[in-house]
Amino acid sequence: MREFKVVGKSVPKVDAFSLALGKPLFADDIELRGMLHAKILWSPHAHARIKNIDTSKAEVLPGVHAVFCYKNVPRVIHTSAGQGWPEPSPYDIVMFDNKVRHVGDRVAAVAAETEEIAEKALRLIKVEYELLPTVFDPERAMDEGAPVIHDEPDCKYIIPVFYDPKHNHCAHIDLEVGNFEQGIKEADFVIEHKFKTHHEQHCSLEPHTCICYFDHAGRLVVRTSTQVPFHVRRIVAQCLQVPVRMIRVIKPRIGGGFGGKQEVLIEDVCTMLAMRTKHPVRLVYTRGEEFTSARVRHPMVMWAKTGVRKDGTITAIQLKVLSNAGAYGSHAMTVMNNTCAKALPLFHCENIEWIADAVYTNLIPGGAYRGYGVTQAAFPMGVMMDKMAETIGMDPVDFWKMNTIKKGETSPIFKALSETGKGVEMIVESCSLPECIDRGAEIFGWREKRERYKNQPKGPVKYAVGMSCMVQGGTVPLIDMASAFAKMNDDGSFNLLIGATDLGTGADTVLAQIFAETLDIPVEDVIVYPSDTDITPFDKGAYASGTTYLSGMAVLKTAEKIKEQILNVAADMLGEPKEDLRIENKAVISSKSGKRVEFSQIVKRALYSKDQFQIAAIASELSRLPPQSFAAHFAEVAVDTETGQVKVLSYVAAVDCGTAVNPKLVEGQVEGAILNGISYALTEEFFFDDKGRMLNPSFSDYKIFSAPDIPKITTILVPSYEPTGPYGAKTVGEVNINGPLPAISNAIYNAVGIRLCDTPFTPERVLRSLKEKEKKGQTGQR
Amino acid sequence: MEITCKINNVEKRLVFEPHERLLDVLRREGYDGVKNGCSAGDCGTCTVIVNGRAVKSCLMFAAQAKDEEITTIEGIGTDENPHPLQQTFVETGAIQCGFCTPGMILSAKALLDKNPNPTEDEIKRAIEGNLCRCTGYVKIIEAVKLASMRMGGRRK
Repeated sequence: MREFKVVGKSVPKVDAFSLALGKPLFADDIELRGMLHAKILWSPHAHARIKNIDTSKAEVLPGVHAVFCYKNVPRVIHTSAGQGWPEPSPYDIVMFDNKVRHVGDRVAAVAAETEEIAEKALRLIKVEYELLPTVFDPERAMDEGAPVIHDEPDCKYIIPVFYDPKHNHCAHIDLEVGNFEQGIKEADFVIEHKFKTHHEQHCSLEPHTCICYFDHAGRLVVRTSTQVPFHVRRIVAQCLQVPVRMIRVIKPRIGGGFGGKQEVLIEDVCTMLAMRTKHPVRLVYTRGEEFTSARVRHPMVMWAKTGVRKDGTITAIQLKVLSNAGAYGSHAMTVMNNTCAKALPLFHCENIEWIADAVYTNLIPGGAYRGYGVTQAAFPMGVMMDKMAETIGMDPVDFWKMNTIKKGETSPIFKALSETGKGVEMIVESCSLPECIDRGAEIFGWREKRERYKNQPKGPVKYAVGMSCMVQGGTVPLIDMASAFAKMNDDGSFNLLIGATDLGTGADTVLAQIFAETLDIPVEDVIVYPSDTDITPFDKGAYASGTTYLSGMAVLKTAEKIKEQILNVAADMLGEPKEDLRIENKAVISSKSGKRVEFSQIVKRALYSKDQFQIAAIASELSRLPPQSFAAHFAEVAVDTETGQVKVLSYVAAVDCGTAVNPKLVEGQVEGAILNGISYALTEEFFFDDKGRMLNPSFSDYKIFSAPDIPKITTILVPSYEPTGPYGAKTVGEVNINGPLPAISNAIYNAVGIRLCDTPFTPERVLRSLKEKEKKGQTGQR
Repeated sequence: MEITCKINNVEKRLVFEPHERLLDVLRREGYDGVKNGCSAGDCGTCTVIVNGRAVKSCLMFAAQAKDEEITTIEGIGTDENPHPLQQTFVETGAIQCGFCTPGMILSAKALLDKNPNPTEDEIKRAIEGNLCRCTGYVKIIEAVKLASMRMGGRRK
């Protein structure tokens, strides 16, 4: 493995100190003269037509500057999914419609001089609804006679894919590699299970925030908490029917995204209010609105069927997926596709069948969420692997090692499918998953603990361990593009302008390290300026685990171009051929003569003395394949058979993300993803009433883990070297959220003999399953 | 309404409507390190220290701050002279998005001011009301331990 000077070092995040001091760096931390405050009126009904809406009283309320509803804004059908163009999500949403499709759907908006006036104005809007029949259960959504949620004639995809909104059928794809039925015939054992995963909110501590104002030329400046500034610019221009050149999007520091901010959720209405009122406008979601009117992880129903031979060979895998898109199809097809494209390449199996549908229902729309479909599929697959191992009497550690993809191997899935459709052929050029499994098992104490827990203590609490492995490909190949621009300053420092979007992940720091490594300079000499559509070059944005890998390569190529220019100037200064020169520690040194010229001398000459020019470069990188990051997770749980309470005692994650450019930041990504995953597995849950209203839209009723809840988490980085990535790096943002559901489910099974295939594993569900097991009179075999 | 109170050791005169919360008034006065993550006392991003206790400023009327001593993140350290907690949060990687950081640091400071050598459980309990979705709390707890050591706690 190569040794690096800056890459591989845990330098502090470039923005950490300012954040620690509480500096005003977030979207809402500015105050503009004459700024109006926007508030939105939400639908109280899950499915209704707006027969009439009377905004006259709200409009004349002193302090109100604008009231919008479907009557006075253009109807531009689009998608709120912040994806590249042409978007692989259906165009099925407008700024305001005369129909509402879920509780919390938009009805009207007000801009007023204070938030209080805006709220008062909302109460003055009179809406007459005609209630329509509803459908909440995805398994009923395509039934004959089910209410049609998107009956508007203009909804469509702008890419050629299946779409049948008249039957609430938002997306469908199926594929088969090999011959699934033949594979089942060749199996000694066939296993089948139905699985269900539930809603999840991102819970970024910073709510969606947008402030829109005007620049010197009267253009709209959109300061917004987004993961996708360039897509926001494009989609806002589309919704407002103005040229892209009229919009500038600035991403300040962002208070967490996790996919929730890969959505043009509030920018369309905020900018429209600003454009009409000619005032700066501020729109900030409340926490309640985050739960009822943002996006969620798509809940899914999944049917898995696998065949396995006594020798441990998996002969067949079938995964049927039914994704609940909710009221709008944002990210519905792509998340659905990832239940195959980014989840199934993990497994050695020649016969794979995958059949997937996404359907509209009258519930909150799904969207992007860290893991993006892989989290959902990793649950059934992780449980099926455990059950197959149990059935043939093999230790799961050995069974996983035997049946997962290795370095130098390929999967037919790569070619068959990507997130957006057709895939690309690829060989896995870096993979340390077998080592991850071994080292994870060793440090966790897998074999000792399995032995120890064969003898359970007396009393109601039972203990056990469980494991699972996971993969997540980074980027969408042949679609995702990133770019970077850099210029050299008088003192030998550099401005690095990147389209990449740091959400708190540390991307700015990691990209500065890659730049610094290439030019052999300290990180302090790299001034990173990210994500401003007027100033930085394009980047697809922060999603699909793409930033370190893809934006990292763009930065590396930019630095290499700069290096060439520096060497050219130095060659002239030293009077020696470029080939004899090398860059070292902020200087150029001749290997022949030993002569040396400092960066600061080189740049001063370029800027002021001879053949003057700006040392600067721009470079782009297109993703050609999705690099595969792997992990092996091990969970130790205690299950209280009297209360149903599941407690995770310890958790070990062994992770292959290629080179860890900044190990401490990588650990932070791993720990954060694991805890989010455990919290999702055990406590986070949406409760709906029979009218489709979410009953627990607050942190007091939607429980995410806080510090006293955490188990002992151990992160082990097991490097590999990805030849297509910057200094061997792959990706790490998402993969580790895919482990807790299966690892904990498997551990619960080992503790008390119940296979939990419905999430979350709450005390109620555990107790219910224990009672059912008792009724069936099954023995608690382990 | 009008009150006086001490904010970060400076006498302040605050003018506000009777229904306004301390959170709103502090942000309006330019203490932007006080964040608003939920307005319901659940997330802890608006935490400030009032007379030595970490409190959620969204649960306090501004009027209740009369004659009180309030400390915000802006009052505990500067670029030149950061608080040890601010330093250790940076060093340990306890900051990802940073939105929970001011409240988290203030809750930790209120703990360390009273109990310079807390156990891990005491640290966890002190920051129980401060949610973080990025870090998994592992490095935050490490940062508080390290600050406790540096500030003269006995922990090794």
